[in-house]
Amino acid sequence: MNILVCVKQVPDAKDVRLDPKTNTLAREGVESIMNPFDRHALEEAVAIKEQQGGTVTVLTMGPPQAESVLREAIACGADDGVLISDRAFAGADTWATAYTLAMAVQALGDFDLILCGKQAIDGDTAQVGPGLACRLRVPYATCVQKTRQVTAGSIEVERMMDDGYDVVRLPLPALMTVVKDINEPRVASLKGKMKAKKAEIRQLSATDIGADPRCIGLAGSPTQVVRVFSPEARGDRKVFSGSVAEQVDQLVECLRAHL
Amino acid sequence: MDYFFTEQQQMIIDTAREITNEKIIPVRAELDEKNQFPREILHDIAKADLFSIFVPEEYGGLGGGCYEIVLALEELARGCVGVATSFAASALGIFPVLYAGSEEQKERYLPDIASGARWAAFGLTEANAGSDASGIRTTAVLEGDEWVLNGTKQWITNGGESQIYTIVALTDPHKGARGASIFIVEDGDPGFSYGKKEDKMGIRSSSTRELILKDCRIPKDRLVGRRGTGFITVMKTLDGSRPGIASLGIGLAQAALDEAVTYAKQRVQFGRPIISFQAVQHILADMAIQLEAGRALVYAAARHIDQHPKDMSKASSMCKVFATDMAMKVTTDAVQVLGGYGYMKEYPVEKMMRDAKILQIYEGTNQIQRNVIGQELNKEYS
Repeated sequence: MNILVCVKQVPDAKDVRLDPKTNTLAREGVESIMNPFDRHALEEAVAIKEQQGGTVTVLTMGPPQAESVLREAIACGADDGVLISDRAFAGADTWATAYTLAMAVQALGDFDLILCGKQAIDGDTAQVGPGLACRLRVPYATCVQKTRQVTAGSIEVERMMDDGYDVVRLPLPALMTVVKDINEPRVASLKGKMKAKKAEIRQLSATDIGADPRCIGLAGSPTQVVRVFSPEARGDRKVFSGSVAEQVDQLVECLRAHL
Repeated sequence: MDYFFTEQQQMIIDTAREITNEKIIPVRAELDEKNQFPREILHDIAKADLFSIFVPEEYGGLGGGCYEIVLALEELARGCVGVATSFAASALGIFPVLYAGSEEQKERYLPDIASGARWAAFGLTEANAGSDASGIRTTAVLEGDEWVLNGTKQWITNGGESQIYTIVALTDPHKGARGASIFIVEDGDPGFSYGKKEDKMGIRSSSTRELILKDCRIPKDRLVGRRGTGFITVMKTLDGSRPGIASLGIGLAQAALDEAVTYAKQRVQFGRPIISFQAVQHILADMAIQLEAGRALVYAAARHIDQHPKDMSKASSMCKVFATDMAMKVTTDAVQVLGGYGYMKEYPVEKMMRDAKILQIYEGTNQIQRNVIGQELNKEYS
């Protein structure tokens, strides 16, 4: 089984601040990490590979320094990494990103399964995974919390819903995005780290993947960001404790006081 | 302080640190409370290749030495000495094979130890043989092509959890120190079973158990090294492993210092953080001084031992005594800095203080270590 995992390098959420003047992410001095959801996608891919055989390829679009997340992925069990990097990709929204990734996937060859994290913690859109599946015209499942069964021709998964889960069977090739409940990512192994250090990372440009210049980067991005702002802090919050009856009494009393 | 680690050593430290932060610290209080063996964490450690660091490359290991083990153990002990002890006990258990085993035994056991597929344990201590290891009563008699072992081992770390045991038994009881030999006993061997599981003050996630050998029959080729060389191998094993125990003290003391300083910066009394009081600062300063001195000694001893010098025992004992006495003092002081909160299970330092005590006791009490150092000094100056 040949598996592809799409990963993104993101600023560590623990350190992220918005610059109050420009309302943009203050990235200076903020450590870059592999998007946490993508770590779970990678772990799932490696686990499936260990069970079924095959290969795991990791793909990322980003500046040259994004190569470090590919090496991290190799240390965690991926076989090789591909970086698609080009100044022309700058400013891509989710639409252009999905297009670019799809072109790269087609340039790389056939994959039976593509895994993505549910969403990236910097943009929080959760659009690129499904967008990529649509571009590739393969079925997809989002928010997968468990892989139930993998066979040569299909995969059966549980999709996390607000009230329980759906069981979905997808014919392969397919794409799925995963939530954190799906597994516990392993710590990169020593031998993996050594392999990652020496690994050759393939780098592909817009030309290499045959991308239409009108469809990539800022030019290919219809999304307009009208305003970025920090949401105002919520009003007073009160947490009631005690038995349910006591909590209800407290709530009623509190509501009455506001009438 | 910069100890100028090699790239590989730094990789080992980083990997052990990730295991500690992601896998150990979140569950250590629960493991301690439930007396629960950290099986899952040991699997994580295996996946991260940490079991392979001390195994020679030809058997699937990384070919590291005492220094590399020390660096990994220090980081793991920063998370939990119980978990780190379970990891260390596998190394201790296989050292006799590494030092004195046949080529065939190494090929049979070391690759599994390196991958973490099987764990080892060391069976020396008995009810009447603690500091006086020569007091062991377990016997091994050769009957045809099999050794028949009889006796009971006590307080065996990883007992009941490991699959490979190196057991010290008397093959020629009348020959005294030259009458002992080491055998490999495997989980499931006929006549081999597990007895009482101990309920301990500290390192509660580690398993400490009796091993019962009742007409335990094992193939002849499970004898490690030559017959009668058991105690020589035991001494070599312990010389090689004690810096590991010392490093548990370093990791533990580092954890205690981290907790104490963090708390002292946050805790406000008399209108200011307690770290601004000189009385508290001096306690913290002394903790840091002792810790760094201990770390430097352990690293120096480990590097020294990796050269296989003649005076290995003295260096090994010195670092074990200093680092573990230091850990007891530093963890006790950490509880003092946290005051009433430090005494409560809600904060991690009370566990650290309980865990510290065993370091002064196991793998040779600190009094026995001082005997070793004293005897070596006596020889050196003769």
